[in-house]
Amino acid sequence: MSEPLERRSIISGVGQSAIGRRLFRDDLELTCDAALAAIADAGLCPDDIDGIGAYPGPIQGGPGFAGPGVYEVQDTLGIDVRWHLSGLEGPAQISPIIHAALAVAAGLCRHALVYRTVTEATAAADTGRRGIGAGSAEISGFAAFFIPFGAMSAANWLALYARRHMYEFGTKKEHLGAVAITARRHAGLNPAAVYRTPMSMDEYLGARMISDPFGLYDCDVPVDGSTAVIVSSVEAARDLPHPAVRFNAVGTALRARPLWDQWGDITTMAARDAAAHLWSRTDLKPADVDTAQLYDGFSFLTLAWLEALGFCKKGESGPFVEDGRIALGGALPLNTWGGQLSGGRLHGFGFVAEAVRQLRGECGARQVPDCEVAVVGVGGGPVAGCMLLTK
Amino acid sequence: MATFFRPLPALEPRTAAFWRACRAGRLEFTRCVPCRYLIHPSRPICPKCRGRSLDQVTVSGRARLHSYTVNHQAWYPGQAVPYVIGLVELVEQPELRLMTNIINCPIDCVQIGMALRVVFENLSDEVALPLFEPDART
Repeated sequence: MSEPLERRSIISGVGQSAIGRRLFRDDLELTCDAALAAIADAGLCPDDIDGIGAYPGPIQGGPGFAGPGVYEVQDTLGIDVRWHLSGLEGPAQISPIIHAALAVAAGLCRHALVYRTVTEATAAADTGRRGIGAGSAEISGFAAFFIPFGAMSAANWLALYARRHMYEFGTKKEHLGAVAITARRHAGLNPAAVYRTPMSMDEYLGARMISDPFGLYDCDVPVDGSTAVIVSSVEAARDLPHPAVRFNAVGTALRARPLWDQWGDITTMAARDAAAHLWSRTDLKPADVDTAQLYDGFSFLTLAWLEALGFCKKGESGPFVEDGRIALGGALPLNTWGGQLSGGRLHGFGFVAEAVRQLRGECGARQVPDCEVAVVGVGGGPVAGCMLLTK
Repeated sequence: MATFFRPLPALEPRTAAFWRACRAGRLEFTRCVPCRYLIHPSRPICPKCRGRSLDQVTVSGRARLHSYTVNHQAWYPGQAVPYVIGLVELVEQPELRLMTNIINCPIDCVQIGMALRVVFENLSDEVALPLFEPDART
């Protein structure tokens, strides 16, 4: 195979806004905070940016879900672009990062700003977190087969996946707990994380149930915040104030019915296909990975990603996460910023920011020593995308 | 099981037949005539053979529980919980599944693999939901 095109692109900058519960800030302003921070981090000025991408664009999602669209941000920052893209469909929330890398490699643009912004905490401040379709008299589209049955959250849909995994492989609630407790311990080393107090297994198991087997601490914590990255041409690497982070390979495949309820083997997710695609585009192997940043919208998703990426065999992710293997100091430090479970639901981009910072060696107390290869896997159920990043 | 407000599935061009059949007491799917594949949700072309000769067939309503979750979270103020969400696999075709509720069964007795049969809950003059209960016959 000729060299994958994504290797002609790098991540040159990363920036984040304030991150927290109920900031009561304008989502466009948060986005600009993150964008300007990322642009400065890359040693650029706003006029250098000639591409813009975002997930998911200005859709009708849940309260605080969508964030501003790319045209609002382009207009607010006063920039001209040659590449622009947003959308809900694609290889998970990192879709615009992957496609920015390809757009830059193809010469459509040279420096692309890509962001994800959420204000789900502030949006739910008055009402509490409601289910999808709550208050609607009528439901259309694919959700019509879920919402009328009270399956009003991805927590419900993915609990079905987790329960089946437990049934087929003997995966235990304590295995889900190991993911959540490790994430919390790592969050204690990240000043920007929202939940930083260490959590015991008893506290984890004692949390109120949401959708069996998921309790409160198996579900990520809604926050407000924006994360932005700058994707640049590899030719820009030598001019950067920080080490460039390289795209070694991306994975975007989807090889089963892309429906939550009709997905064939629900002990696996689309992660399986995206991960296989990623490894087919590189000579690196799972054993070369120094840190894994794997989606944890629900704790089970991280287990599924570990299996998908081949860090353990199918069905063996539960035992794999026992005994500290995924903690800092273990063989595969995982979600070192606290993940979305404790760091906050930045919806995929928090994992990217952490991978970049780990590869640059900027993570202080939570730094993985000699970190040269990081994998980022994002998405759940029939949605997945992944990237292998290197120094 | 406690009941709660169920929004109506919209009667859209490709789904109306499914919901109306439920209201008439039948579980009905689009079927590819040449290859016999049951297509859910309904599509205008068979995903298996790309054929366009399709009809509607009534199935037995018998199923096995593929997975389930007990939902404890009230997704809007006043919603009655807990309730059981099931993913059931119909006996007519592997991986032909419906997300539904398991009713008329103590929560402690819900088990993956249990035999189920469909029962319909009417929501309007045109729409009923297919729910599932334990099937003692099998």
